[in-house]
Amino acid sequence: MSPDSGAISRDEVAHLARLARLAVTDAELDVFAGQLDVILGAVARVGEVAADDIPPTSHAVPLQNVFRPDVRRPGLSQEQALAGAPAAEEGRFRVPRILGEEQ
Amino acid sequence: MTTTAPALVDYDDVVARYEPTLGLEVHVELSTSTKMFCGCPTDFGAEPNTQVCPTCLGLPGSLPVVNQAAVEAAIRIGLALNCSIAPWGRFARKNYFYPDMPKNFQTSQYDEPIAVDGWMDVTLEDGEVVRVGIERAHMEEDTGKSLHVGGAAGRIHGAEYSLLDYNRAGVPLIEIVTKMIPGTGERAPEVARAYVTQLRDLIKSLGVSDVRMDQGSMRCDVNLSLSPTGSGVLGTRTETKNVNSLRSVERAVRHEMQRQAGVLDGGGAIVQETRHFEEQSGTTRPGRRKETSEDYRYFPEPDLVPIAPSAEWVEELRGTLPELPWEHRKRIQEAWGLSDEELRDLVNAGALELIEATVAAGAPAGEARSWWVAYLAQQANTRGVELAELPITPAQVARVIALVGAGDLNNKLARQVVDGVLAGEGEPDEVVESRGLKVVSDDGALIAAVDEALAAQPDVVEKIKGGKVQAAGAIVGAVMKATKGQADAKRVRELIIERCS
Ligand SMILES: [Zn+2]
Repeated sequence: MSPDSGAISRDEVAHLARLARLAVTDAELDVFAGQLDVILGAVARVGEVAADDIPPTSHAVPLQNVFRPDVRRPGLSQEQALAGAPAAEEGRFRVPRILGEEQ
Repeated sequence: MTTTAPALVDYDDVVARYEPTLGLEVHVELSTSTKMFCGCPTDFGAEPNTQVCPTCLGLPGSLPVVNQAAVEAAIRIGLALNCSIAPWGRFARKNYFYPDMPKNFQTSQYDEPIAVDGWMDVTLEDGEVVRVGIERAHMEEDTGKSLHVGGAAGRIHGAEYSLLDYNRAGVPLIEIVTKMIPGTGERAPEVARAYVTQLRDLIKSLGVSDVRMDQGSMRCDVNLSLSPTGSGVLGTRTETKNVNSLRSVERAVRHEMQRQAGVLDGGGAIVQETRHFEEQSGTTRPGRRKETSEDYRYFPEPDLVPIAPSAEWVEELRGTLPELPWEHRKRIQEAWGLSDEELRDLVNAGALELIEATVAAGAPAGEARSWWVAYLAQQANTRGVELAELPITPAQVARVIALVGAGDLNNKLARQVVDGVLAGEGEPDEVVESRGLKVVSDDGALIAAVDEALAAQPDVVEKIKGGKVQAAGAIVGAVMKATKGQADAKRVRELIIERCS
C-alpha cells in the first residue's frame, strides 16, 4: 500500500506525532499511516449505519446540568500532591527544561 | 532567524494611511470559593501545591464536576454584556503539551460558548460613545504557574528547568471576546483602554471577580491588524499577550500599530503570531506562531454533561443584575452635585465607593468626601498605598464624622483619632478613650483656662469690654493652645464674652 493512498497521509501522521511530541522515524510513519487508515476506516462504518435522522452523540447518558455547590472539599497536602512526582523542589513539581515558546 | 525589525512609524503618519481593526480578549478569574471542576480553594498567595486534589492535578480516575456558582457568574456576565445565553452547550477539551496543565488539556468551551452576540457602549473621555460588539463569553479554567529556574530574570529562555505550582490550575475563568472593532482610527488605543476599564467596572459591580490586573485576576490580549485606508482589505492580525494594566492596553495598541505600519511600509508581511508585551519598554516581541485550532484537537468533554440553562433560571439571574456602574455614577453625580471632572477625580482616586460606603454608614456626603479626598488621600499617599488599602473602614470614618457632628471632637482631634485607627489602636471610640482626645466642654476646666488667658492679656480684655467682640479670637487661640486643642472652641468663646461682661 502506498503511503498516500488512504484517507490519512504520511504528512498528517508526522503532524500528529509532532503535536503528541512523539519521535517517529520515517519507517514508522509508513507503518502508522497504514494502521491509522484501518482504524479510521472501521470508525467510518458508523457513519454508514447511522442515518441522517441520528444526530452525532457525545454523551451516552441523557443527563444535563449536573452541578456541585461552591463548597470547599478537602484536597491533598503538598506532600501528598508531590508524592508521585519524579522530581520536586520548593514545594513545586520540577519538570525538564521547556522547549519551544511560552504559551 | 534574526532580522532587524523595521523602524516604528510615527503615530500620526500611521493613522493618516492605515485603518486599525481591534479585537480584545479579556480573561477574568472568578472569585468563587472553589475551582471550576473541583472543591479546592482558590485563595491567592497560598503555599504552592496546597490547594490541589486529584481532579485538578489530572490524576487517573478523577472526575470533574461543574461549580454552579461559576456557571451563574458566567451567565450574569453574559447578560450584563447584552448577550444571548445559549440554551444548551458543552465543555470541550483543548489539547496541548505544556506543563502548566497537568491533564495535558484545558477544559474550555469551544464552539458552544455559554453567552454570544452582545455589546457594550463604551464612553470615551470626551463623551463620545463607541459600541463594542461582544462575540462570546465562555467558561474555562486557569492554568498553573511556572517558575523558570536558571535563565535570565525567570524567563523561559535559557532556563535549565521549571517548577510548577498547580494552586491556580482549575480556577474558573471567563473569557470575553469582542467582535472586530473597526473604524476607531486614531482613537483605537483609547477605545481599547476605555473598553477594558468599563468591562472591569462592570464585572466588579457584579461581584463575581476582584478584577485585579496587577494580581492577574483580569488579563487582556490585544488583537490588532492594519489595512491601508480605503482598501477595504482586512490585514493579518497579531495577538499581543501579557498586557497587564489599563495603561499597557493603550500602549500595546499604539505600539503594535506603529510596528505593523513599519513592516508594511517596508514591503513586508505581518506574521500571524502571538506577541508578548514588554512592560518596561512598551514594545512587543514575537512569541510562538499561532497553532491553528485543529492543532488543539478540540472535542466534547466526555466527563462533563451539557449545560442547559432554563429560561426561568436565566431570568432569575437577570433579576440579580445590579445598576450598571456608569448609570450608578451618573445618579451619584447628580445627588452630590459633582462636576464631570470632580466625579472623574473621585473615580480615579478609587474614592467613590469608599465615600458611598461612608455615606451609607450615616455620614453626610460632603464631609465623607472631604475626609477621603483630603486627609485620608494624604495618608495613603504618604504610605504609598491605594486609598482602599488604608487600614480604616468607611464605617470608622463615619463614626469619626459623627463624633465631630456631636461636638465630641473638633477637626484637629478628629485627625488624631483617624491617626490612631490607622495605627491599629482600635475603633474610633477606643482611640478617643485611650488617647484622651475628647473635646473639653466641661465648664470648670474651661473657665480656669479662660481666666488664665484673660489675665495674661489685659489689653484684649479692655477691647472686648469696649465692644470689640472679634478681639476674643486671640483669647480663644490661647485657650486652645493651653488645652492642646481639646477645648470646645464655641463654648470657649461664649465663656470669654461672659467673663468680660
Ligand atoms: Zn482540585
